[in-house]
Amino acid sequence: MAITLTQAAARRIRDFLEKRGKGEGLRVGVKTSGCSGMAYVLEYVDEINKDDQVYESHGVKVIVDPKSLAYIDGTELDYTKEGLNEGFAFSNPNVTSECGCGESFNI
Amino acid sequence: MALLQISEPGQSTAPHEHRLAAGIDLGTTNSLIASVRSGIAETLPDDSGRHLLPSVVRYGKDKNPVVGHAALAVQTTEPLNTISSVKRLMGRGKEDVLTLHDTMPYRFVDTEGGMPSIQTDSGVYSPVEISAEILRTLRNRAEESLGGDLTGVVITVPAYFDEAQRQATKDAASLAGLKVLRLLNEPTAAAVAYGLDQKPEGVFAIYDLGGGTFDISILHLKKGVFEVLATAGDSALGGDDFDHAIADWLIEQSGIDASGNHSILRQALLVARKAKEQLSNETTVTVELSDGKNQHWQGALDRDTLTSLIDPIVVRTLPACRRCLRDAGLKVDHIDGVVLVGGSTRSPQVRDKVTGFFGKPALLHIDPERVVAIGAALQADILVGNKPEEDMLLLDVTPLSLGIEVMGGMVEKIIPRNSPIPIAKAQEFTTYQDGQTAMVIHVLQGEREMVQDCRSLARFNLRGIPPMVAGAARIRVTYQVDADGLLSVSAREETRNVESFIEVKPSYGLTDAEVEAMLRSSFEHAEDDMQERKLREKQVEAESLLQAVAVALKADGERFLNDEERSAIDKCMNKLAQSKTGRDAVLIDQNAKALNRATYEFASRRMDNNVQQALKGHSVNEFEETSGK
Repeated sequence: MAITLTQAAARRIRDFLEKRGKGEGLRVGVKTSGCSGMAYVLEYVDEINKDDQVYESHGVKVIVDPKSLAYIDGTELDYTKEGLNEGFAFSNPNVTSECGCGESFNI
Repeated sequence: MALLQISEPGQSTAPHEHRLAAGIDLGTTNSLIASVRSGIAETLPDDSGRHLLPSVVRYGKDKNPVVGHAALAVQTTEPLNTISSVKRLMGRGKEDVLTLHDTMPYRFVDTEGGMPSIQTDSGVYSPVEISAEILRTLRNRAEESLGGDLTGVVITVPAYFDEAQRQATKDAASLAGLKVLRLLNEPTAAAVAYGLDQKPEGVFAIYDLGGGTFDISILHLKKGVFEVLATAGDSALGGDDFDHAIADWLIEQSGIDASGNHSILRQALLVARKAKEQLSNETTVTVELSDGKNQHWQGALDRDTLTSLIDPIVVRTLPACRRCLRDAGLKVDHIDGVVLVGGSTRSPQVRDKVTGFFGKPALLHIDPERVVAIGAALQADILVGNKPEEDMLLLDVTPLSLGIEVMGGMVEKIIPRNSPIPIAKAQEFTTYQDGQTAMVIHVLQGEREMVQDCRSLARFNLRGIPPMVAGAARIRVTYQVDADGLLSVSAREETRNVESFIEVKPSYGLTDAEVEAMLRSSFEHAEDDMQERKLREKQVEAESLLQAVAVALKADGERFLNDEERSAIDKCMNKLAQSKTGRDAVLIDQNAKALNRATYEFASRRMDNNVQQALKGHSVNEFEETSGK
C-alpha cells in the first residue's frame, strides 16, 4: 500500500512548493485530537527524518511517519473545489466514522 | 467535507482551530481581498474568476444595494444612485466634500455626524455605510472561498489618512461584521508583500499609481518598525488620465465629431484602455472607432505614439517624487529599493521613468494591483495567531504628534510624531488657580507649538478635583494609541482618584494636502513657534505671579505694608500687567523679576506671621512628641 496523490493534488503541491521557494515535499500524517479522535496533518517538509516513509506520486514526494502510516495507508489525496472554496480532501479507506466537517475521524 | 490546507513544518493546528484571516485593500477605484492558504498569500477571485471588485455601489429603488461590476455597468444610466470613489469621502467634513463636488456629482445631504451623506433613490447613505457594503461583498467572497467565518481582517489605508479617516474605515468594517485586527498603511503593506520587513534595515520608496490617484511614500525600516518618512502625491492623477489622453487622440485621428456625444466618448475610452493594455506586450495594435451610423474609422496605434501620449502624464509624477525625497531629507542614492503598486505601473513607460528617476530597477514581480492586499493578508495571518510568536510583528508609527493644551494656548506634546504604536504615555499636570475643581483636557494633533496651529481632536472635562492651592493637585493624563492608530485619553486626579476618559472619534477629517501642509509648516515655522512659545510662557508666568500677589495683597496688604511699600508694589504690578499684553518676552521677564523683588519683603513678613500663627498655643514638646512617633 501507499499514499497517493491525484493529478490535481500533485499539480497544486508542486505549485505551492515552488512559490514557497523551498521544501522536499508534503508530509501527510495524523495526530490525536479533534472532535472525533484523529486529525489529519498536512505540512511542508524541509527535512526528511530517518524513519520516515517516502512515496513519490506524480513527481511529488509524499512523506509519512511510520506511526501515522497505520492509520492512513491506502489514502488518496485530492485537490478539489466546492464553490469558491478549495483545498485538499482525504479519501482514507481505514476510516469508520468522520466528524461532520471531516477535519477529524475515527478508525 | 472540510478541505484542508498545508501548514508549515510542525505548525499544524488542531481541527477547527485554524483561524481564518484576510487582508483587504479597500481602494478608491477597486478593492481586493487576499488570504494565506497553504502558506501562500493570494487574492481571492469571485465566481467569475475576477479578483478586482470595482468600489462602486448602486442603491436603486428596489432597496437591494448592488456592488462591483454590476453597479459599474449602470453608472452612466443611474449616475445619482451609483456611488464610486467613496473612499475620497471617508472621514471628511462638509467643507472638504464641497471641494470634491466637481468630481463627485451626487446629491449630498448634511448629517449630524459631520460626514455628508448621499441621497439615493433607496434612501440616504453615509460614506461609512457605502464602504461597509463593499466590505460585506468582500467578506462574503472570502468566507465562501475559505469555508468558514473570518476571525479578523487587516484593512489597508493610505499613509496620510488621519484619525478621522481611519476611524471611519474601522466603523465601516464593524458595520460589515468584520473584526479589524489592525489598519495597515498601504505602502507598508506593499513592502511587507515583498518581504522587506524581514530585512534588518533599509529605506524604500513605494510608487503607487492607481486608476485615479498617485501616491509616493518613503519608508524607513529599522528594528521591525516601518516609519513613514514622507508622503506626497496627486489625488487627481492616475491611469484614467492615460485612457483619456489616448481616447482624445483616437477621436482626433478618426475625424468623428464627438463633442457632447457621450456614447462615442465611452467607446473611445474602452478602445483606449484595451489598446493600452495590449501595447504592454505588442508593438502596434489596430484601433477602430464608429459613430454607429455612417462614419467608421480604422487606424493603428504603435508603442511610440502611446509613449508620446502618456509621457506628459507620467512625467507629472516626478516632481512629487522629488518633493517626497526632499521632505524625507534624503537623496536618490539613499533609497535601497523601489516598489511599484497600482495597475498603471504595468505600463512599460511608467516602469522606465521610475527606474530612470531612482536609478535602480523597481520590484515588480508581484502583481502591482494585488500587492497591497497580499501584504495585508500576510499581516492578518500573523495577527490572528496562525504563525509562531517569533514572527516579528510589524509596527507602525504615529503620523503626527499628539499633545495637550496647557495655559497660554500652548501645546505640550505627549506622544511625539513617528512613535511606534501601540504606545501609552503619561504626564502629570497641575491646577493653575487656587481652589480649581475642574480642568479642561484639550487633545491636539500636529507639530506646531500653539493651539490655533494644531488640529483639535477632542475636548473633555475632568471634574471633582478637590479644592487645593494652585499647583498642589496631581493630574495624570495618559495618552494611549492602539495598534490601529486610534487614540484614547484619560485624566486622573491622583490624590482623590477622580477619573475622566475619552475615546477620540473625531467628527471631521483633514484633506491630504492639509496633513502635508501641517507637517511642512511645522518645519517652516520652527523659529517663530519657539519665539511665540517663549513669549506665551512669560505671559503665563506673569499672569500667575500677578494673581498670586493680588490674592496676598487682599489678605494681608493692610497689615504688613505701609503706603509707600504698597504703592511701589502696585506700580510694579501695573508695569507687568501692561507689558504682559505686549509681545516683548524680555520686557515681561524684567518686569516680573522687578515685581518679585518688590514683594520679597512683603512675602517674608507673611511667611513669618504664618509660622507664628501655626506655632501659637503649642508647646515645643508637643512637636517633639509628634515627630518622635
